[in-house]
Amino acid sequence: MYEFLKNLDKRWIFLMMFLAVSVPIYIIGKTGKTFPEVPTLLAEATFQAIEELKEGDPILLSFDYDPASEGELAPMATAFVKHSCEKRLKIYFMALWPVGPQMIDDVIARVIRSDFPEMVYGVDYVNIGFKPGNEGVIKVIVTDLRELYTTDDKGTPIAQIPMMEGIHSVQDFKLVVNVSAGYAGTKEWVQYAVTPFPDKIKLVAGCTGVQAPLLYPYIPQQLPGLLGAIKGAAEYEKLVIDKYGGTNPDPKYLEAKRRMGPQLVAHILIIILVVLANVIYYIEKKREART
Amino acid sequence: MKRTVPLMITALGGFVLIVAYFIPATQGWGEVAAIWFDILAAIAFVLGGGNLLKIHLKKASDRAPGWGYSVITVLAFLTTLSVGLGKIGVNPNPMYPGFPLSGDYREIGSPFWWLYEYAFKPLTATMFAMLAFYIASAAFRAFRAKNVEAVLLLGTAFIILLGRTFAGVYLTSWLPDSLFGLRIENMTITIMSVFNTAGNRAIMIGIALGIDPIWGRGRSDPCTNS
Amino acid sequence: MRTFPVIFAIALCMLRPTGGEAQERVPPAPPEGLRAIDHPWDHGDRIDLSWDLSPDDPSRVGAYRIYRAERVDGPYEIIGRVGAGTNQFVAEKLERDRPYYIKVIAVAHDRSESAPARTAQPVAPTRQPFDGSRFWLSIVTLIFCGSVVFWINHARKGRPVKIRKIPGLEAVDEAVGRATEMGRPCLFIPGIQDMNDLQTIAGITVLSRVSQIAAEFDAKVEVPTCRSLVMTAAREAVQASYLAAGRPDAFNPDLIYYVTDEQFGYVAYLQGMMVRERPAACFYMGAFFAESLILAETGNTVGAIQIAGTAQPAQLPFFVAACDYTLIGEEFFAASAYLSGEPGQLGSLKGQDVGKTIVALGIIVGVVMYTLAHVVGLDTPLGAGLSQAVRYLREVILT
Repeated sequence: MYEFLKNLDKRWIFLMMFLAVSVPIYIIGKTGKTFPEVPTLLAEATFQAIEELKEGDPILLSFDYDPASEGELAPMATAFVKHSCEKRLKIYFMALWPVGPQMIDDVIARVIRSDFPEMVYGVDYVNIGFKPGNEGVIKVIVTDLRELYTTDDKGTPIAQIPMMEGIHSVQDFKLVVNVSAGYAGTKEWVQYAVTPFPDKIKLVAGCTGVQAPLLYPYIPQQLPGLLGAIKGAAEYEKLVIDKYGGTNPDPKYLEAKRRMGPQLVAHILIIILVVLANVIYYIEKKREART
Repeated sequence: MKRTVPLMITALGGFVLIVAYFIPATQGWGEVAAIWFDILAAIAFVLGGGNLLKIHLKKASDRAPGWGYSVITVLAFLTTLSVGLGKIGVNPNPMYPGFPLSGDYREIGSPFWWLYEYAFKPLTATMFAMLAFYIASAAFRAFRAKNVEAVLLLGTAFIILLGRTFAGVYLTSWLPDSLFGLRIENMTITIMSVFNTAGNRAIMIGIALGIDPIWGRGRSDPCTNS
Repeated sequence: MRTFPVIFAIALCMLRPTGGEAQERVPPAPPEGLRAIDHPWDHGDRIDLSWDLSPDDPSRVGAYRIYRAERVDGPYEIIGRVGAGTNQFVAEKLERDRPYYIKVIAVAHDRSESAPARTAQPVAPTRQPFDGSRFWLSIVTLIFCGSVVFWINHARKGRPVKIRKIPGLEAVDEAVGRATEMGRPCLFIPGIQDMNDLQTIAGITVLSRVSQIAAEFDAKVEVPTCRSLVMTAAREAVQASYLAAGRPDAFNPDLIYYVTDEQFGYVAYLQGMMVRERPAACFYMGAFFAESLILAETGNTVGAIQIAGTAQPAQLPFFVAACDYTLIGEEFFAASAYLSGEPGQLGSLKGQDVGKTIVALGIIVGVVMYTLAHVVGLDTPLGAGLSQAVRYLREVILT
């Protein structure tokens, strides 16, 4: 047994990880049960930032992620849009990543067209699309959005979109929500939007797990709310669904909570693997010391 | 001349950006320099595309090892390029029905959308998902408690791993309120907001300072190799 | 009999509530002495306004509204609102060299408005030659750059410059030598960002050194890139290295090629290539994101010696766990100087240390002052002074 574990083929580990993720997905899919979530202060702060807004307030959602991180970020993006629709905010979508517009289209189809068909494009929500330039885009639109964005994502001139009236820069939005998978993302929004205009621009964000530790230095002054990885998304989902989900919420608003099951099992597996590896290491050291 | 001109352009670009930051009258110069870079990058993209075709066509014609992958690469490249540029299968914009190319290439149901939705998206998501397997194998192979620092690091890792799931809440929920801070989910918050933040601030400062001399070191330009 | 209803109606009219209708709102007294001057040392888009508070402030005045116009008779547009007790405002987003007329109105709690206080003459914001808000930053930049220049000159005069050992860079020669002995290629990946990223430039700098060693050892270095511009720069660097090593004939430009801009497409290619060609040495030098662990684990599977260098804090743990050597942050940026041993470059490293010392001192001074201010109490003269000093440090010097 010791020799087997000492020379354990990687493929056994891959198989264990596969089972650790797929079995909980199957069980949760069949039973519909999820683990309870207790929202942390950061998730509460993010929720409150949108909850404090009034009907008709403009909110900018910047979706800076791609299909690779969709698994981690799509649930929080869905929850953000759901929350904004329930609050009847004026929703403005944009993206700093080339495939961001596809992510926006997905969320619009999944949430707005499906559950809020009374919302009218151009009056209640608009997608101004992607512009290349990363932080260069942010630097321009914080003072003059129309210098860069002359049309929306479909090519309609900005002047012809009713809800663009009065919106000349990012400072005209009551809140900026950024869903970020890397560069360009939340860090650039903090550095080039919030820092030069701390009293005029308020930002909350959702990001991947690997990015979250890097954003903690900005909390709470520049970044009052942050959702880190699928855990943050699950906490935020709970807050949104508790308030607006009703007694039988749509499963698409519970995705993050469902994904916490495989996360728990996978984390426990990693802990077991590390402990096992260290036990083998110490046995080996003892044997070497004896010989 | 071949080395001097690029050196001078590099030095001038760096100098322009610094001056534009401090002297208001020159603010526009920095933006112009940034636009020039975007133009260069766009032209280089054509160069890169041509190079990609050249390399893979050569590999296929030479029947070099792995030439089958080169054939797939070339086919995928040309298919996506023609479907996207030519807007094949895309309905024209209702405002301009007489212009076939007036439609949106990302139109739902179009071949380009199909390639994105059923080829690109699953492949990209799969590559990212592979990280889960690799983290497990890396953890088993490399995470050894060889010294005190490693033990501390592993202990912290275990707390964070448990604290980010329901397991952490469950394991220490029995602790009384007086020992609130020892509950795993609260220890996770303390580690992230105190220790992690301090460490990240130090790394950010170090990296930011390390970047500065790169601009000034003309002699370290790779073209001069000195 | 009809007299009573008439008298009753008259009495009713006399009892009709008079309330606010009959009582006229008295406007508050206006602010006085409105002064407008061009904001100093700026881009020419701001005017500083100040006035004497209305005599009715704060008893009746709740706010002040500020207006601007391009003609004395208007039309005026509102540009700001400040609370009672405030007698300053900075008008922003103005057009350079265009004269403006300003008026300030005091607004009472009952929303009545005072007569306006106006500027006697129009004021035009003008652009100054230097951005004053960045004065302290320019001082720090001069000190920093000055120290770098000083140490470069110091090193060029032949005085020794001590740099600590960086194991990852010491191992570069060993890695290339190992690849030569095994008859397998070296793989060099300069990150996935473009040439505008400093890490990519640093990676290309290390590439020139690695390719020079490879040229001397007659080893093959393959450089698949994620950006076309990086491919061009890498080719130039490697060609120059081969020339410097006296082996221009051995340079093969086809070994440096572009793959794709797409992150995971690039990684998929690299993975396949590593499994097929089994490089003996892998160098990951540049900006990496999620693909770092995929590359490192694949390299480990094929038995390659792996040296990584990046300034991406999120990816460093993966490289440290999976690679043989990792250059962390500034060690990576110091690589060029370290590998070449050239005095000028070593001197610039020393100059960096001066900058870091300034920052560290600034942090210590700021933290000590802030802590002391709270320990002695903010209401004491010392505490108030320290608190003000910290505010100046934070809002003026460090902004």
